[in-house]
Amino acid sequence: MIEFWILAVILVASAVWTIAASKPVYSVVALLLNFAALAVLYVTLSAEFLAVIQIIVYSGAILVLFVFVIALLSSGVAPFAMGPNRLPKIWLPGGVVVLVSLGFLVYAASQAVPASVRPPNGPVGAANVFGSVSDFGAALFTVQLLPFEVTALILMVAVIGVITLGGEAMRDAAPRGHERKVERAMREAILREGTD
Amino acid sequence: MAVSIDHYVGLAAVMFFIGVIGVIVRCNPLVMLMSIELMFNAANLLFIAFARVWLQNAGHIFAFLVITVAAAEAAIGLAIIVTTFGPERYVDVDDVRALRG
Repeated sequence: MIEFWILAVILVASAVWTIAASKPVYSVVALLLNFAALAVLYVTLSAEFLAVIQIIVYSGAILVLFVFVIALLSSGVAPFAMGPNRLPKIWLPGGVVVLVSLGFLVYAASQAVPASVRPPNGPVGAANVFGSVSDFGAALFTVQLLPFEVTALILMVAVIGVITLGGEAMRDAAPRGHERKVERAMREAILREGTD
Repeated sequence: MAVSIDHYVGLAAVMFFIGVIGVIVRCNPLVMLMSIELMFNAANLLFIAFARVWLQNAGHIFAFLVITVAAAEAAIGLAIIVTTFGPERYVDVDDVRALRG
């Protein structure tokens, strides 16, 4: 009970910090806090494997990618430009959309039949209990095999897309490298001429 | 008063709408991508909370799928950002006009 409210406060505060931070690096730090709190919340929901995946994939892979891109884009001496925010011209339609959606959600939640929360068939962390690694893996490789295969396809499409996008940048960068090599050869030739 | 599923639905809704507001308000594509990640995580939280309520691990499988899609989306989105906005340039999505008719 108390852990849910603590984690909820951390989650909402770090989410607000993510979208309100003045520099993207602060946004990444806030998002890291958000993901860590979410992983703890997953453990309280007896989804221990997904809590570990959350830490490894989100905090370990995706956020590091964000940090790399921030470092790449602001490689100069100037601080990373944030740009103006669009709040002045967007707050009225955006607020209407958000309020209508929240109202619809509250209405739908009030119409729903309350669900009875059943306890899982064992303690968190034990084998063969709901949410454990063996339970998850057995479901992933037997009943839910097709979604698992679709996952592999999605990742392959992403890899091909990133290589295609990165390939264009490489093609643009290639002549410059060639020029630099020619220039260095010329400079070395001039040096050799000079020493002779 | 115990924590019911409604608490998780409310928390996920708040997180999702913070993400929506981030995408609408900010001009920086990196912060917009992070807001999209927030929305993915709100959806994941709902999947896992409902899986816990009904004791069905299909919710866990689908949350796993959502994490995969989020990783692919982040990789491609960041590649687009890097190729669109070169280093040491002002980063603003409103400056991108290639698709303007």
